[in-house]
Amino acid sequence: MERTQIKNIIEAMLFVSDKPLFLSEIKSVLEGPDAKDIKDVISELAAEYEKQTSALRIKEIAGGYQIVTDPVLAPWLKKLYKTAGADRLSGPSLETLAIIAYKQPATKPEIEAIRGVNVDGVLKTLIEKNLVRILGRRESVGRPIIYGTTQEFLQYFGLNSLQELPKLEEFNFTEKDIELPEHLKQKEELSQPEGGNSDAQVV
Amino acid sequence: MSYKVKLEVFEGPLDLLLYLIKKNEIDIYDIPIATITEQYMEYMELMRMLDLNIAGEFLVIAATLIHIKSKMLLPPDEKELLPEEEEDPREELVRRLVEYKKFKEVAGILQDLEGQRKKMFTRDIPFEVSPGEVFFEASLFDLITAFTRVLKDVPREMFQEIIKDEFTVEQKVHDLLHMLVRTPVMSLFSLFKNSKNKIEIIATFLAVLELIRLKEIIVVQNKNFSDIEIVRNEKHRLNVE
Repeated sequence: MERTQIKNIIEAMLFVSDKPLFLSEIKSVLEGPDAKDIKDVISELAAEYEKQTSALRIKEIAGGYQIVTDPVLAPWLKKLYKTAGADRLSGPSLETLAIIAYKQPATKPEIEAIRGVNVDGVLKTLIEKNLVRILGRRESVGRPIIYGTTQEFLQYFGLNSLQELPKLEEFNFTEKDIELPEHLKQKEELSQPEGGNSDAQVV
Repeated sequence: MSYKVKLEVFEGPLDLLLYLIKKNEIDIYDIPIATITEQYMEYMELMRMLDLNIAGEFLVIAATLIHIKSKMLLPPDEKELLPEEEEDPREELVRRLVEYKKFKEVAGILQDLEGQRKKMFTRDIPFEVSPGEVFFEASLFDLITAFTRVLKDVPREMFQEIIKDEFTVEQKVHDLLHMLVRTPVMSLFSLFKNSKNKIEIIATFLAVLELIRLKEIIVVQNKNFSDIEIVRNEKHRLNVE
């Protein structure tokens, strides 16, 4: 198969798909080029989109590839689809998602221990929205249900994988709390205050 | 003197504590427990006055604060405590606050990502392969959804009459079978059109369920949330004969 043809097929598939396409899916359709070739073609396509100042972009989301519109066009598209982007997740939902994303598999009491409030309602909404799912049960006393994030979670936040989230250890707070400038973070490590073992686990 | 109450809405007690720490520009690792406890209590009182429901979790942290405060007032018991065991009574609470704060930061990052992502539009409306004639068997949930829709559409005042049980499921099953002989395909919603009251709607609905159970009819839908069609199950009829 000619390279231009491969490129056209991939572009057409990305254009038509309503969800991120995995490399494996593209590969099984093309029946020939290996993963590396396909990856190369996709990056070439993505570069072309950028260079031509096209309205579209190729983005890696949730481990797959998807055609998305250029973010600068959002104001016009929002006018067209009045409901699009209107519903945002609430603060409690985002907090709960953050905890699950890092602590998964996590049980409800573990999430509640961190947030300090009951999370029944929030958890239900997140499951309904398919951002969180039940992974199973933990083989411990009471066999509690364990929760984790979904593929949809990555898609929703435009993440390629969970590794793209910042490391928890990167957050360090010291005097007068709030975000510290980089140069102060180092100082803080030298004089870790008593009782400031922030990496301890809540059990 | 005029009062101006600006009440921040706190999701939980830890939220409130972080707010107080920030407001007072306090070092999170060196919380002046007496001051914070006092302010925390003031806030709880405010919530009580405004008749807000004070969640039990607020009380738990209130008790924790008072416990820490009293512990800090007491001189350390020299007999019981070895020097290395002597810990700051605030330690546990601080650890929780710091941990919680990290996740609040992450939540903020997620919110930014959400905003960025919402600016990128994708083809998220699945295109229909061949619209029109695609049917799939409607599930029980589709039926219940349709049923609640019918109930919602009935004018309210209808429900206020007190009526004798004039509609029975048996009768409705009978009626339905007769109607199906005349018209083999019927819309589910049309069945309810002439219903006089809620009881009749329910009887009709139960009759539909009963006929599905007896395999006399099949219900199909050509699109999610669209009308459901009732079709006589010819196959079954033949089998019986």
